[in-house]
Amino acid sequence: MGLLDGFAVTLKKMNHSSDTGAVVTSRYPEVKRPKPERFHGRHVLNRYEDGMEKCIGCELCAGVCPARCIHVRGADNPPDAPVAPGERYGFVYEINFLRCIHCDLCVEACPTEAITESKMFEFSFTDRHDAIYTKSELVVDDEGRPRELPWEDWREGDDEETSGWMRATSPSGSATYEGRPLWSAELGYGVRPPEPPQ
Amino acid sequence: MSLLAVGDPLLNKVDLVTVLIVLVKTVVTFGVVLVSVLFMVWFERKIISDMQNRVGPDYAGPWGILQSLADGVKLFFKEGFLPDRADHRVYRLAPYLSAVPAFLSFAIVPVGGQITIAHRVTYLQLADPPFGILWMLCMSGVAVYGVMLAGWSSGSKYPLLGSVRASAQMVSYEAALGLSVASVVLVTGSLSTHDIVLQQAGAGIRHILPNWNIIQLALVPFVVFLIAVTAELNRPPFDLVEAESELVGGFNTEYSSIGFALFYLAEFMNTVTMSAIIVTLFLGGPSGPWYSTAPILNWALPIVYFVAKVFIFLFVYVWLRATLPRLRYDQLMDLGWKVLIPVALGWLLVIAAIRIAPNSNTSRFAYAGGAVVVAFACYFMLSRAVALGRERAAESPELGR
Repeated sequence: MGLLDGFAVTLKKMNHSSDTGAVVTSRYPEVKRPKPERFHGRHVLNRYEDGMEKCIGCELCAGVCPARCIHVRGADNPPDAPVAPGERYGFVYEINFLRCIHCDLCVEACPTEAITESKMFEFSFTDRHDAIYTKSELVVDDEGRPRELPWEDWREGDDEETSGWMRATSPSGSATYEGRPLWSAELGYGVRPPEPPQ
Repeated sequence: MSLLAVGDPLLNKVDLVTVLIVLVKTVVTFGVVLVSVLFMVWFERKIISDMQNRVGPDYAGPWGILQSLADGVKLFFKEGFLPDRADHRVYRLAPYLSAVPAFLSFAIVPVGGQITIAHRVTYLQLADPPFGILWMLCMSGVAVYGVMLAGWSSGSKYPLLGSVRASAQMVSYEAALGLSVASVVLVTGSLSTHDIVLQQAGAGIRHILPNWNIIQLALVPFVVFLIAVTAELNRPPFDLVEAESELVGGFNTEYSSIGFALFYLAEFMNTVTMSAIIVTLFLGGPSGPWYSTAPILNWALPIVYFVAKVFIFLFVYVWLRATLPRLRYDQLMDLGWKVLIPVALGWLLVIAAIRIAPNSNTSRFAYAGGAVVVAFACYFMLSRAVALGRERAAESPELGR
């Protein structure tokens, strides 16, 4: 029937139990779709299991950031109460999420895997100051899990599987070490072991 | 001809009660039309989402029925924005030029039969002027100015393009619209909408089919009217005026707040009004298969019939929108000028021939046949003339363009 066929198609779709009529809408705020495995959300600053911060204030993440949204200032560790192992620690750490493009280059650059990206992206702040996450908001709590801020919409499991992956431990390419996590075995909450081609 | 008496019996005696009744009728009509607009916006969004595997609005109220009310309230509280290069008086005036005619053209639609208020008998329609259906054509003519001036006064190029398209489209489809109305007027012998409805009442051919104009005029003017009205309303598939993919938002791009709300209101009000007018002209208005003599049913049933018929057309408009892709501009103009107008003109000729034929079946056939021959001859000559003109223009380039 040519022209009229189209009318039959649209009319048939009104019956939601037919083959082509199933509703595809996901009821978003109530029901969330599972996020992709390597999704990039907001950052977290990880700590070692004994509570020491991993960030050593080297500013490599700020240097590599293409959006220039990271502001880091390092300082010497106080000798009597060190914040991070070694000489220096991250004294100021701020990320402006109005500028961040979630490219994950900071995570790649970090020598100690202090910074990783979680899967949480649903934050709606009403103030520009809220968009700038300071160190106290980024650093994980005592259990190693990210802190939930009032304007963030979290679901169970959103903080698992961060974008930090245990490093391939064979920079020389030796097959003996490939796929075996060595020094980065205790990378913190949500970090996954490497997959074969890594 | 007492059956076709023109004018509302209410106006035989004009005093304070009459004025009050007219005022009440005006307010009620306005309210009904506004509510029907709110309903239509919701209805369209809901049906079209059903046809597109979506859910549609369902947060505000049961089934999201308050969604359009919420949207309207939000729009009215937004900032009214005036572009720098806009002609501000015309810019402010244009939305009202669009919305007011949309409401006014509903005034002539007979919604039901008669009703008695305070011992006065009155029609269930706001006004029944003797020029009836011409009022509708007038108002849709004025509405073109709203769209045209909106685009022109915005001082911006996409609205201007949209409004130029709009005025060309609306003016050219008004011709086909008028011609199909003319064939209805021809069989009725009156312009009054009340008479048009009365004339369609009662049983028709063999007492099975109703005596509606859609059957009396053999479907063609109805189809022409439906297509022309869709174009006149700038509804899909004829929504080139606001073709999002080409013109941002069309003529209303630079409007916000109340101005935009009024355009939106006018668009949907026109959709409802035109559906009501199609029902009036071709589907017998409030006439239905069965009447009751019970006092309440006597005036309530026709309203139910009328609303049910209007619903069919509201659904058809949404269905058209969900199904058909937008026409290209030259296709739109070709359809209007080369198909709809000749068909409407030819059909008018045939109906006129049957009307003037002596009262016997053979002479009717003869007259109708003659009219068909004349119509085809005219069409052939016209298309030949157009082709000849094209050939000459192609031969001598300075003549063309």
